Amino acid sequence: MTIEIDLPVTTTPTLVRRTAVQGRAVGVLADIGNVLLRELQPVLRQPASVLFAMVQPLVFLGLFAPLLPTTEDGSALQWFVPGIVAMTALMSASFTGANLSEEIVSGSFERLLVSPVRRSSLMIGKALREMVPLVLQTLVIVAVVTPFAFDLHVAGVLLGILVLVPFSVGLGALSLALAIAAKEQAWIFWTVQQTVIFPLLLLAGVLLPLDGAPAWLRFLSDLNPLSYLVETERALFAGSYDLGTLASGFAASLVVGVLGLWAGVRRMNRAS
Amino acid sequence: MEINKQISGPVIRTAGLTRHFTRNKQTIEAVRGLDLEVGAGELVAFLGPNGAGKSTTLRMLTTLLEPTSGTATVAGFDVVRERAAVRRSIGYVGQGNAAGHQFRGRDEVMAQARAHGLSRRDARARTEELLEAFDLTEHADRPVAQLSGGQRRRLDVAIGLVQEPPILFLDEPSTGLDPQNRVNLQDQVRRLNADLGTTIVLTTHYLEEADALAGRVIVIDHGQVIADDSASALKSALGDLVALDFASTDAARAAAERADRVAGAQVVLTGTHVELRAAFGRDAAPGLVADLAAAGTPATRIEVVGPTLDDVFLHLTGRSLRETPSTPTEGAAA
Repeated sequence: MTIEIDLPVTTTPTLVRRTAVQGRAVGVLADIGNVLLRELQPVLRQPASVLFAMVQPLVFLGLFAPLLPTTEDGSALQWFVPGIVAMTALMSASFTGANLSEEIVSGSFERLLVSPVRRSSLMIGKALREMVPLVLQTLVIVAVVTPFAFDLHVAGVLLGILVLVPFSVGLGALSLALAIAAKEQAWIFWTVQQTVIFPLLLLAGVLLPLDGAPAWLRFLSDLNPLSYLVETERALFAGSYDLGTLASGFAASLVVGVLGLWAGVRRMNRAS
Repeated sequence: MEINKQISGPVIRTAGLTRHFTRNKQTIEAVRGLDLEVGAGELVAFLGPNGAGKSTTLRMLTTLLEPTSGTATVAGFDVVRERAAVRRSIGYVGQGNAAGHQFRGRDEVMAQARAHGLSRRDARARTEELLEAFDLTEHADRPVAQLSGGQRRRLDVAIGLVQEPPILFLDEPSTGLDPQNRVNLQDQVRRLNADLGTTIVLTTHYLEEADALAGRVIVIDHGQVIADDSASALKSALGDLVALDFASTDAARAAAERADRVAGAQVVLTGTHVELRAAFGRDAAPGLVADLAAAGTPATRIEVVGPTLDDVFLHLTGRSLRETPSTPTEGAAA
């Protein structure tokens, strides 16, 4: 028996364009906006993904807060929550390079490097994304603790978020730069990330106050920008708007923001 | 884009293009002094074993890697000094996936269109058009991680074509694709070249692919061009292998004498087995088999094998690909 097969006829539509493909030069801001929008798409499509990065802070909040002694000046929660907010910002922003690692391994980062997007825009747009988890996560934490012994000062919380923005963006940029440097060896990224964040966290007095600490520890703590941020967050969350405290926290945040972006853009320019 | 029309003559030109890597204090010369010209509208395949320098060359032409020395211009722009202009003029489909795995296909095509400066409306229209052309419309709203290998590869090519580049680079486009998807992809590439006049440069380590697609094959080994010709010329220089078996040694001997008359044939007789290698051997084989049957010495078995990359390589370098120690250069650079 013979089966006769018709010669294959290609049915794929031709690629001749129907749409005018008329690219224009893209300005710097539009460039950054395009990158930021792309970065936000997975978050917008699946907002719950932001919460995964918060498991650790919420565990700390749930298991650590009950151990805190009650103090005379307000509840322990009032003291503890701003530190946890700063910790969440630290965790979330320092994790962001992991997403880039994934993009480096899968190949989509290479595509972006060959595209007309400016390298600086690529870094800034990706780092700016950190603003979104920062806002969402802080709101979740505040919502979780407000029913308990926690006085909500809305203006303070909002200002607190604002103060953390440059820090988050700068740290995000550093995390991205680290991912680019580590390239396809993801273990390098994780080793450095873990080695850096825990000292930063402990030296900032997030979990325990450093009041009774030895001088050398206090000295190291003074070098840690996060210390100033945590202090400012505590003041703001308590509804105290002391200009000096606010300025020192914001300055520390800005230093991290500017240095982070500078280092990040430099690294991105050399990425291949 | 207008860039397209301003070009006459070669759209890719390299002079002494060289790239070294240093690995463990050892210098690896991945590409050594490459001089190349590719004309507008050509479809060129870089063919060579892993680690030959194909991908490194492509990465220099696409601005991903800076040459150690030498120069290259793409679409008339220098790949080091005028990177931005090169990037606007080219499409690139790398070895990995262009679409991020946690993104959705439609979003990624759209993002690429916006990156190339298409207005929101044009970008949307172009995205739908490409999704349709690559039969991806119904998969466009799923996370890329959930797509099949073939779907992802089609998405990669769609993303590379978003701005309708006058020059398209494809790095190992069909690696990991099943035969059907491979044929489809080759079909798309051919049409792109024929219908839009897109200049296409691709790398492959499959001779069959280079043969099926490219008008011009550039064989690269140890970072140097060792042959630059049409696929058919490369193959006819080698010829096909026609293997015949016979019922008796006498019949085989008679057949070998008959086969010797095929133009340019090299014949080897081993007992009842006859092998001849000749240019266009596959065209000569049916006639030969009929002749042998008419002469009373019918063949009992016939096998026709086209030349492989290994054969081309053996012919050009005197050594088999299997003997070539694989250098980690290409993988490390990627």
